[in-house]
Amino acid sequence: MVKELVVIGGGPAGLAAALSARENGIEDILIIERDVQLGGILNQCIHNGFGLHTFKEELTGPEYAQRYIDLIHENNIDYVLNTIVTHISEDKVITLMSAKDGLYHISAKSIILAMGCRERPRGALNIPGKRPAGIYSAGTAQRLVNIEGRMIGKKVVILGSGDIGLIMARRMVLEGADVQLVAEIMPFSGGLTRNIVQCLDDYGIPLKLSHTVVDIQGDKRVESVTIAMVDKSLQPIPGTEKTYECDTLLLSCGLIPENELSHQLGISMNQVTTGAFVNESLETNVEGIFACGNVLHVHDLVDYVSEESKQAGQSASLYLKGLQNKEGKDIRIVTTDGVRYSVPSTLNVSRMQERQIIRFRVGRVYRDAYVSVYVDDTRIKHLRKRILTPGEMEQVLLRSDELHPFENIDQITIKIEEV
Amino acid sequence: MEERKITCIGCPIGCLLTVVIEKDEITVTGHTCRIGKEYGVKEVTHPCRIVTSTVKVNQGVEHVVSVKTESDIPKDKIFECIQELKDCVVEAPVSINDIILENVAGTHVNVIATKIIERKEDPHG
Repeated sequence: MVKELVVIGGGPAGLAAALSARENGIEDILIIERDVQLGGILNQCIHNGFGLHTFKEELTGPEYAQRYIDLIHENNIDYVLNTIVTHISEDKVITLMSAKDGLYHISAKSIILAMGCRERPRGALNIPGKRPAGIYSAGTAQRLVNIEGRMIGKKVVILGSGDIGLIMARRMVLEGADVQLVAEIMPFSGGLTRNIVQCLDDYGIPLKLSHTVVDIQGDKRVESVTIAMVDKSLQPIPGTEKTYECDTLLLSCGLIPENELSHQLGISMNQVTTGAFVNESLETNVEGIFACGNVLHVHDLVDYVSEESKQAGQSASLYLKGLQNKEGKDIRIVTTDGVRYSVPSTLNVSRMQERQIIRFRVGRVYRDAYVSVYVDDTRIKHLRKRILTPGEMEQVLLRSDELHPFENIDQITIKIEEV
Repeated sequence: MEERKITCIGCPIGCLLTVVIEKDEITVTGHTCRIGKEYGVKEVTHPCRIVTSTVKVNQGVEHVVSVKTESDIPKDKIFECIQELKDCVVEAPVSINDIILENVAGTHVNVIATKIIERKEDPHG
């Protein structure tokens, strides 16, 4: 089978990318989804707060997903469910597998990678202690409670203040559990302020910053966990241990982009995001292969995923129609002084759209600082920010007319400048 | 006189508001914009939230359907709302916006479905 465009992943990124490619004139599109339904992680995010940017209203996750799924149906975009991609070759031959159709191949002219993330498991956190039942990643717990309708525990401790952990703290309380505390190893929360207020403060759940789990007790089921304060180098401080009785420990300690397929393809990867390096068109270093959404870098709002993926769909359509501008050179975007990374990581002035969004995250909390953009040694932007936090994705907008006056640009630098 | 500390959720700054309630007068300090001041007043006079949860489904392809209150309800009605939803069972199929429960907890607000749950195919045909 030959397809013009194959989108791997039917979550918010894949749906928005496929739709955008169709709007830009690509007829022959296939979305490959491994779950039983489209919509990805949104299906289990039953809380509200999605879509304020995209639809100008506040939706729940399943409602946001359904808006896109309806558009996929209206546009007759093909998709397969219950199907997993096991391999992609450099000449874009995709190996797929499903219980219904067995193992088969599809040859694609262009591919959009939209596989999303998985959660960082206990094994990757090096938490000492026993290994009883009752330890879940927050997203797994969310799936069990919100989709499978099961209750997972009665007395809960949460490690990590990522958004899913905060959302699950509230959810567990509403389901009748006693949530004792959320411990966060860093001196700041990894989640959005509104989630700390509406999920923890509203229900009197304490958030203990600079604290982590140092021991887990219990043979068959978790019986208690020991929490200790950590010092500046994140090492537990002896004497600060406190033991909390509980039957459940939820881990909300970060998301890992699922890039096994990208590695097979020899795509060059960013060590900070663990996603691909992409240019302004969201194209990887392998021609005709694009990436968007959480597989590229972890987003805080789905609205930004949709916006970014729309661009990936547009870029793939230009590539397929042979309209991709081959002129100009890729200028490196250097991130320094508190800016951890940027997407894209290179920019071609002759190929960029009129408005190019550069997304990034900062490494710590800054108050009253500036986000500055330099073209070589010339500062072209100096934007004052009341606050910058690692939990929220930041962006700067570069217009092509701001860059046109410069000749032979060597690099663009984004940095935080404190007052 | 009552004094309350509230974190504003108007934007990522998260100003720490101090709201003082004295007889009929409410004063907000610590805010840096209008949104913060209004939020502070609303939080101590009539705080409201949209409530989301799940409700059991019979004969559905999934066991539960996600639901939300159609608009925000008073914060002190949240647990009553959740309790009423626990006693609620609906029959598949369910569509988005289907009313699951009317006038939840006496708030005059309906609880509606936020997900499509199709009916499980009958094995006996």
